[in-house]
Amino acid sequence: MAGDAIIRKNVSGLPSPDLTPTATVLDKPLSECKVAICTTAGLRPAGDVKLWMDTSFTVLPNEARDLQLSHFSPNFDRAGLTADLNTAYPADRLNELVDAGVIGSIATNNLSFMGAQMDATFSAIIQDTGPAAAQLLIDDGVDVVIFTPV
Amino acid sequence: MSVLAHVFEQAGLATVGISLVRGQAEAAKPPRMLNVDFPLGRPLGKPNDAKFQASVLMAMFGLLERTDVPVLEDFAQSIQDQSGEAPDSCPLPPRHNPGLPAAIDEARGLRNAYDRNLEATGGRTLVGRIAGVEGIVGLIEQLIEIENGSSLADVGWDPMTTIAVGQDIRAYYEEAGLQLANNTGARQLETWFYHQTETGQLIRRVRDLMKERREDGTAVTYIAPMTQG
Repeated sequence: MAGDAIIRKNVSGLPSPDLTPTATVLDKPLSECKVAICTTAGLRPAGDVKLWMDTSFTVLPNEARDLQLSHFSPNFDRAGLTADLNTAYPADRLNELVDAGVIGSIATNNLSFMGAQMDATFSAIIQDTGPAAAQLLIDDGVDVVIFTPV
Repeated sequence: MSVLAHVFEQAGLATVGISLVRGQAEAAKPPRMLNVDFPLGRPLGKPNDAKFQASVLMAMFGLLERTDVPVLEDFAQSIQDQSGEAPDSCPLPPRHNPGLPAAIDEARGLRNAYDRNLEATGGRTLVGRIAGVEGIVGLIEQLIEIENGSSLADVGWDPMTTIAVGQDIRAYYEEAGLQLANNTGARQLETWFYHQTETGQLIRRVRDLMKERREDGTAVTYIAPMTQG
C-alpha cells in the first residue's frame, strides 16, 4: 500500500457526529442561482498566512487568486494546486459557467475552512462557525454552495 | 466538510460537495456528495484542464435536484496518484560551491527555477508560512543544526513552526520542480523532493532524529508526509 491508499485507510470511517441529512430544494433554476465555493483546503489570502488547526473560517473575495495554502497536513499532493489553483478552488471555472449561462452568478465572497478537524464532536462548527459562515452567504444572496476538500 | 454541509443545508443553502475519501462520506452522510477517485489534493482532478474540471462541476450540479439524501454518487473516471514515482526527468543543479553543505548549495541552485515558476503563476507561491523565499536557506541551516544535535527548542521552533518550516521548504522545491520536471502526476514532485534532493532527505533524517529524541509528536508526524517513509 502506498500514497493516497495509506491516507485513505487512516481516515476512512473516522468518528463523525450523527446528523440527519436534510435537503434544501432550489426554488429557481440553477441558471438563476448564486453559487459560492466553500473549500476545506485551508486557503488564506497571501499576507494573512498562518498554519491552521482550528474551526474558524476565512473569507476569500471572489476575485482573489493570490491565495496561500495554510493547511497543516502535508499528506496530500500540493503540486497540482501549485500549478493551477482551480485544481482545488475552481473559481475560474465558475466564472466560465456564469458566462455559459449554466449558473446565474458567483458569490461576492467564497469561504475557506481547515479540513481534517481534530475535534471529533465538531461542536464549534455545528454551533458557532458553521452557522456564522452560512449566514454570511445567505446575506449575500447565495443559493448554492459547492464544497471542495483536499 | 461533511458536517459543514449538514449545517449549511439546515440554514437553507443547497449544497453539493466533492468527496475524496468514500469511507469518510459514508460515515458522515452529508446531503449530496460526488465521490471522486482522484489524488488527494486534486479534487477537480486535472490541473490546467478546464474541460475536465468543468465536467466534475457539472456532475456536482447534477446532484442538486436530488432530494433523496444522503446522496453519494461516484464520478465515472478515476485518476491515481503516482507516489513512489519521481518524474522521469527533474534535473538537480550541479554542485556549485563544495564549501557549502550540499542541501544549501542545492537550494541556492534551484532559485532560478523557482523564480521562473513564480513568473508563470503570476506571483502566486505557497512559500511564506514562516519565511519568504529569501529565508529558505536559513531554514535549511537550522535543519542542519538539528541534525547536528540541536533540539527544536534550541533553534527556536515550536511544533507548528516546525511543520511550517517543512511546508515552506517543500513548496520552494516543488515550485522549482514544476519548471524542471517533464511530468508531474500527483505526488511525483513530492517523491522527487523527499527521495532525490539533498534537502528532502535531510528533512526525513531530521524527522527520524526528532522521533528518536522524543521531540513533540505533532512536529514529528507532520513535518513530512506519512507517505514518504
